[in-house]
Amino acid sequence: MPQRVEIVKRIMDSNDRLARNNQAILDRNQVYGINLMASPGAGKTSVILETIKSLPADIKLGVIEGDTAPVTIDADKIVAAGIPAVQINTGGDCHLDANMIELALAELPLEELNLIIVENVGNLICPAAFQLGTHANVLIASIPEGDDKPYKYPNIYRGLDVLLINKIDLSPYIDFRMDYFQQGVEMLNPGLKTFALSAKTGEGFDAWIAWLTDKLTTK
Amino acid sequence: MHELAITESILSIANQAAQENHGSKVTDIYLVIGQLSSIVDDSVQFYWDHISQGTVCEGAKLHFDRRLAILHCKSCDHQYPLGEILQPCPDCQSPDVFIESGEELLVHHIDILREEA
Repeated sequence: MPQRVEIVKRIMDSNDRLARNNQAILDRNQVYGINLMASPGAGKTSVILETIKSLPADIKLGVIEGDTAPVTIDADKIVAAGIPAVQINTGGDCHLDANMIELALAELPLEELNLIIVENVGNLICPAAFQLGTHANVLIASIPEGDDKPYKYPNIYRGLDVLLINKIDLSPYIDFRMDYFQQGVEMLNPGLKTFALSAKTGEGFDAWIAWLTDKLTTK
Repeated sequence: MHELAITESILSIANQAAQENHGSKVTDIYLVIGQLSSIVDDSVQFYWDHISQGTVCEGAKLHFDRRLAILHCKSCDHQYPLGEILQPCPDCQSPDVFIESGEELLVHHIDILREEA
């Protein structure tokens, strides 16, 4: 007769343990970490580039680029902006996990940095399950994706600390009901810190940069 | 596609529990999967059949206890399932709700055969 063994263990436990370890590494180095998630084409790299441009000059940041294929298009853009970047090729995997971040952190000059931004793989489902050990989970939702995304992808909105609504410069051309969108967000994550901005025009970046700068420790 | 990583984690938890309890074979694994965890059963089963080979879990049956996501209306206390698409309270139309359950992602228990048996 088989015997029953009670376990009641969270399946994500081992990833979450590694994530806590990553956060300890960041804290030890006084580096604030951001996990930037979005669907493909929402403007993750553009938002990072505009953020780099807008941050005070004394803020040093590093970027971890996650991609499913060994292409360095995004990392090349970051490096061209004079920022240390590490490329993670997930080999087809649809998300980054805490173990990949641990390896990437070892390649960045953390003692010199104030901030790291992790650009997750473009996907609204899988990244939501994997904590990386960063301090803030940030999602970019862009206007052209449509106003129904919180309703269709509720899980990713649940774990967010900040929401960036990108491409607001396209608002005149697209039927995006902001009230409907924000009602869905509010149902899933009440009081979520939200910034509407455009990485193309720079509109709305002041408030986002002010929020971000406030989180950073000067060295 | 994150089911591979999820399945690897299930295998590791089950193998470890079997070892700690001197199990020679795991016959059944009982999972609790909330609707909001976006896990596809068939996909987990597909990976499971491959990666459990050669371990004490080989041939173990996976049981999925799927839990619906339940919303709770703060205005009128009505509880309702999330369904296909997120909606305000069907009773009073208030969007002022919170998610009561549906985010579970657990290995709840396993059945094992012991070495001595």
